[in-house]
Amino acid sequence: MSQTYAIVAEVRGGKLRQVTLEAVRAANAAKRAEDRLAAVLVGHGIAPLAGELARYVGSVHAIEHAALETYNAETYFPAVSRALHTLNADAVFLGHTAIGRDLAPMIAASLAAGQISDVISIEKSGSEVLYTRPLYAGKVFERKRFAPAPGTPQVITIRPNNFAPAEPAAMPGSVATGEYAPPCDLRSVVKDVVRKTSGKVDLTEAKIVVSGGRGVKSADGFTPLEQLAEVLNAAVGASRGACDAGYCDYALQIGQTGKVVTPEIYIACGISGAIQHLAGMSQSRVIIAINKDPEAPIFKVADYGIVGDLFEVVPLLTEEFKKALA
Amino acid sequence: MNVYVLMKQTFDTEEKIVLRDGNIADDGVKFVINPYDEYAVEEAIRIKEQHGGTVVAVSVGPERAAEALRTALAMGADEAVLISDERIGADEFSVSKALAAYLGKQSYDLILGGNFSVDNGSGQVAIRLSQLLGIPHVSSITQLTLSGNQAVVLRDAEGDTETVEVALPALFTAQQGLNEPRYPSLPGIMKAKKKPFGQLGLEDLGLSEGDTAPKTERESLSLPPERKAGRILKGGPAEQAAELVQLLRTEAKVI
Repeated sequence: MSQTYAIVAEVRGGKLRQVTLEAVRAANAAKRAEDRLAAVLVGHGIAPLAGELARYVGSVHAIEHAALETYNAETYFPAVSRALHTLNADAVFLGHTAIGRDLAPMIAASLAAGQISDVISIEKSGSEVLYTRPLYAGKVFERKRFAPAPGTPQVITIRPNNFAPAEPAAMPGSVATGEYAPPCDLRSVVKDVVRKTSGKVDLTEAKIVVSGGRGVKSADGFTPLEQLAEVLNAAVGASRGACDAGYCDYALQIGQTGKVVTPEIYIACGISGAIQHLAGMSQSRVIIAINKDPEAPIFKVADYGIVGDLFEVVPLLTEEFKKALA
Repeated sequence: MNVYVLMKQTFDTEEKIVLRDGNIADDGVKFVINPYDEYAVEEAIRIKEQHGGTVVAVSVGPERAAEALRTALAMGADEAVLISDERIGADEFSVSKALAAYLGKQSYDLILGGNFSVDNGSGQVAIRLSQLLGIPHVSSITQLTLSGNQAVVLRDAEGDTETVEVALPALFTAQQGLNEPRYPSLPGIMKAKKKPFGQLGLEDLGLSEGDTAPKTERESLSLPPERKAGRILKGGPAEQAAELVQLLRTEAKVI
């Protein structure tokens, strides 16, 4: 029997997030030929995006309400749940993002469903679907499957930047809109949102990351790294050492505690390369290390190493990239 | 305030992973309280110090997890409960069901846990639990302030900071930056030995094996291919910088 694979879409800054199109690709990889792809889109002012999303899936279920302007588990969850119920979803795909990480376990618990989180690849072996995900921040990888239980829904979150975004289908899908009333006695209210990263590239989705460690020596020491990042349209990250020393916010921390990143280029500046940091970045495609200490463990994983003072090398690199990218 | 803290014992983050017979070898490994759960323990103790009440640390895991619970007691928790039963499945569905069966019978104002565990890293259990208990939650918090029957928290959402007001009872998961966990003091370690330490199995929770059967299974484990050291660029800083950009273009082909 044909089943429905539903993607819960995410919007940021008035646009569909790329991870949503990546989730479409992932759902497509998991489903059988006869299964349908559908998407759930909830928010405020989303009508134009519903049409855009419909280019990628068979049908879009959109819920528009002022109460869905910013994410709050208390308002989003009933809206998404209702849409999934209307679509009769058998499998639900979300991005492993701030919203997806929060929403997916609520959906899974409410459906008494299994959930496989932070999936980086999907393969089929006969009729079985296997999901690969990192453990210990990528020190080891686990392949998982859902326990055989016909009729039990499945929930999957996918890590951004690991699936290619889906291509539009030949025929656009349909758009349906759903009614929604927020719960009348909200137990939690979002009072304020301060957007720290406005105009900057998100760390976990960045194609290039410029990262600083204890070697940057101070909060001001991040300035040359930020200048390099700007030229490369990169995100700035940090090691635990730099965060613990108070040079930067914990939101920048990359490692087993902190964020895991898998960019095309990772530039480690003044980072020695503790095991817990390596776990968070060693799946990057190309690693560049700049460090004064030629014995620093980071050089053991770096494709290109420069033994030298980051305050001398990084500004020179910035100039070279400016020339190369002009 | 009655605060329950959800804890997991994990490998120290400086441990390397070794596979033996298809499983992760754990002999000789240093175990710690999952770093994110440690923030939760610290926050619970600070709440008790400021507002009074009790702190109960709860863990679902093998016998060795008792050591992590004892550390929480030495830090200042009042009571520990280890839910240990091999019949409880290994996935997040199973663990959250066991916790819900236990917490459903307790009286609590706050439940605190870590944002995720540094081993499995899926970040599901605490949020599933809030759903099963029917209480509100906010994940990934970096600040918690209590006033009356309400909590005001800051939530870290990929760099954005949200201020959320929540009615208690509620569940929160700790993000880095919430606090600086204390080390257990020697008197704390001595006192911990006399604190109540409960151990529960499925029957104590009123559950059967079928109730906690997992919904997902591990097929296999594999180590990532080891990265090889690349090359160290020669010459002065200006030459190194120029060569690097050149190599990224012609050899690595990433720009």
